Amino acid sequence: MPEVPKPRSAADVEALVRWAIAEHKSLEVVGRGSKRSIGRPAQSDATLDLSGLSGITLYEPEELVLSARAGTPLADIETLVASRGQELAFEPADYGPLLGVRAGQGSIGGVLAGNLSGPRRIKAGAARDHFLGFSGVSGRGDTFKSGGRVVKNVTGYDLCKLMAGSWGTLAVMTDVTIKTLPKSETEATIVVQGLADAAAMSAMAAAMGSAYDVSGAAHLPARIARQFLADFPAGQAVTAFRLEGVEPSVKHRIQTLGAVAKAFGPPAMLDTARSRTLWRAIRDVLPFAAHGPLGARPVWRVSVAPMRGAEVGHMISAAGSGEIFYDWAGGLVWAAMPPSDDAGEAVVRPAAEAAGGHATLIRAPVAIRAIVPVFGPQEGALAALTGRVKDSFDPTGVLNRGRMWAGF
Amino acid sequence: MLTMPAPDDRVLARRDKIVTALRAIVPGEGVIASEREMKPYESDALTAYRQLPMVVVLPETTAQVAAVLRYCHENDIRVVPRGAGTSLSGGALPLEDGVLLGMAKFNRIREIDFENRIAVVEPGVTNLAVSNAVAHAGFYYAPDPSSQIACTIGGNIAENSGGVHCLKYGMTTNNVLGCKFVLMTGEILELGGPHLDADGYDLLGIITGSEGLLGVVTEITVRILRKPETARALLLGFASSEDAGECVSKIIGAGIIPGGMEMMDRPAIHAVEEFVRAGYPLDVEALLIVELDGPRVEVDHLIERVEAIAKSCRASTARKSNSEAERLLFWAGRKAAFAAMGRISPDYMCMDGTIPRGKLPFVLKRMRELSEVHGLRVANVFHAGDGNLHPLILYDANQPGELERAEAFGADILKLCVEVGGVLTGEHGVGIEKRDLMPEMFSQTDLDQQQRLKCAFDDKGLLNPGKVFPTLHRCAELGRMHVHHGQMAFPDLPRF
Repeated sequence: MPEVPKPRSAADVEALVRWAIAEHKSLEVVGRGSKRSIGRPAQSDATLDLSGLSGITLYEPEELVLSARAGTPLADIETLVASRGQELAFEPADYGPLLGVRAGQGSIGGVLAGNLSGPRRIKAGAARDHFLGFSGVSGRGDTFKSGGRVVKNVTGYDLCKLMAGSWGTLAVMTDVTIKTLPKSETEATIVVQGLADAAAMSAMAAAMGSAYDVSGAAHLPARIARQFLADFPAGQAVTAFRLEGVEPSVKHRIQTLGAVAKAFGPPAMLDTARSRTLWRAIRDVLPFAAHGPLGARPVWRVSVAPMRGAEVGHMISAAGSGEIFYDWAGGLVWAAMPPSDDAGEAVVRPAAEAAGGHATLIRAPVAIRAIVPVFGPQEGALAALTGRVKDSFDPTGVLNRGRMWAGF
Repeated sequence: MLTMPAPDDRVLARRDKIVTALRAIVPGEGVIASEREMKPYESDALTAYRQLPMVVVLPETTAQVAAVLRYCHENDIRVVPRGAGTSLSGGALPLEDGVLLGMAKFNRIREIDFENRIAVVEPGVTNLAVSNAVAHAGFYYAPDPSSQIACTIGGNIAENSGGVHCLKYGMTTNNVLGCKFVLMTGEILELGGPHLDADGYDLLGIITGSEGLLGVVTEITVRILRKPETARALLLGFASSEDAGECVSKIIGAGIIPGGMEMMDRPAIHAVEEFVRAGYPLDVEALLIVELDGPRVEVDHLIERVEAIAKSCRASTARKSNSEAERLLFWAGRKAAFAAMGRISPDYMCMDGTIPRGKLPFVLKRMRELSEVHGLRVANVFHAGDGNLHPLILYDANQPGELERAEAFGADILKLCVEVGGVLTGEHGVGIEKRDLMPEMFSQTDLDQQQRLKCAFDDKGLLNPGKVFPTLHRCAELGRMHVHHGQMAFPDLPRF
């Protein structure tokens, strides 16, 4: 594999992509490499490493906006905005520990390219919803931009949405602009113990349907709950609801939401520190961490209608002996499957599809990711349109060839 | 003057045959071909431009939409989709040689699911009807464009509509989860659904705000939210727009995201107060309405903090709503702003740029200068929270040259928005109105990439041509690759 110099500027990126086009080479696009093992193994001739494109170029807290070069460490951004009492409200997940990489290694470009959002996604939206603008280099070797630095913008197609979740297969982002929001003054979590999965879905629906601004709703089945927070009792499922905001509001809502939760079981409260620990563990899928007891298992992420989460979970744990837990009020099912030749696909994907959702293989050995589709396979008119969209940005397949789908 | 794509004589010559073919697809009264009956479709809310379509088709089923589009694709006939026709940017302006595809008959709410917090609706359902349909259970649909009584969800998707609450609750794109979507070829796709994350590329995210250039939506899954427990508003008056702007920045700087935050300048305040008698102070340069919503305890807590911030920014008026009636009265003036302009001027043109909020005093000052230059009055209403500015240019179309001056003034304002780091349109769309200003914001490379994406959806460029893009290119021409072998920034890279 030829050595490709590390780009220091957007112009360097353009030159390198043009080189690859002219030489019929394909490039693996890497921010800081923390999520490199998500997706099919790259069929690339060289790696385009964007870690040299680093630095926050604009931050105006009162305008709720931040721009940075795509390879900027997410941790740098989070530290800076925290110093001004702000945060990225979509709660970007750090899958480093899950994937066997140190925590805190990801780049902002990688977070956006993967559209990775944490528990607050149910209230605040996904990474895509906080992604205001970018400039980058298409697979045609053209430098182009879309969006801007203001939240309200309908000028031209919203290409940010397309970049979010495209895993670097359409363009190499070089500069991005995102929305920042005030961080909540305080938080607390209400937990109800001992619920069966289906009852927990109903409890979470009741909480989300209340006027109490729940910003996290998760259900942790009995076998695994204690791995999220050491002081949870052994052998008891935990259903958790997070409340964030100003002190008097959170205090008040602990009571009012507690009354809603009571219909399902006696509510207990976690203070701010324990609440933070719990939701960090949920966000980063820590019980499935690579160095933990389930570290050898393939991990799937299933997105489904919230009330159908339990049905998916039941099929996965009963038929496939998977370990599962639920975030997003049941709409996000995490599953760690026993190691097998297909990483448990034969169980997980039909379960997701039967419930109208879809499954993504987030962690598996490279040999398995080469065979088992990582992203949901597409067919017919949708597959054809997806292919044409890819071609409109990257007609010769220079960028991240094969990462999302084989031969794509 | 605006130029639209030249009509295709070969299509016009076949008009009778085309009408007959469309009648075979959509029977009964679903095909309108008489000039008198097509008249209501000749323009949208950008009434300065009018054009009768070749024929109007009002399908009722997804299968009919697919058959109409397939027929038009096979026969190279242009198609303009239309919702309620409330577009302020001319997005639904018909073409002389085009089929006007009206979606009004898709007016059913198909499913409401409170546990999953979604509603599945057809595109012809009005925005307000969605909220009304779920109100009995205490839910609502968050985006609330001011035309919500008339505008449809399908049109909201096309324009990515916002509203006064989008600082806190987002625009259409942040509140839709899935759609059934028909391509120009007649192929039917199901995108997204009741789940939160896209499978594959986020095509729904591209369709939202695409102004009817990519396909036709026939069913939409939207998120519905529980209504906040309460809402209260503050009415704040300031001696300068600088003070008002500082107040907005300090509210956000204090970590408070209001449900709505609206500003009006002096001309707007006077026009609406005379019309509505909302009790607005007349001795101020800028008026702010700040609405806080959420749990009662939180709202009562934050309203005191906002009031303190306002006073620290030298507010000369600071009134808090103490009842729902009072809150609505505060809003009554703002909501009547456009109508009030209609009373003080024969015509007005509503502009729609977005600017970084901090640039507001500068932009207002420049706008006053431009007002002198063009000899036309302007009043401003402003979604202050998100920087979305609606200058209302007052003119009289019966005075020769005034429309042209108003358009020139409007273009100068939008260029100013781009110059200070903002954008051409915050929520009304590009349509035909801002089409020729697109190069102010985008390079030819940027626009070519967007048009290539259009080609992926509509290879013949038959859907809503003449909107959004200032120049039309053939897809084959855009698809050509230029391989750059010349100057290399990295001369040492290996050649194979």
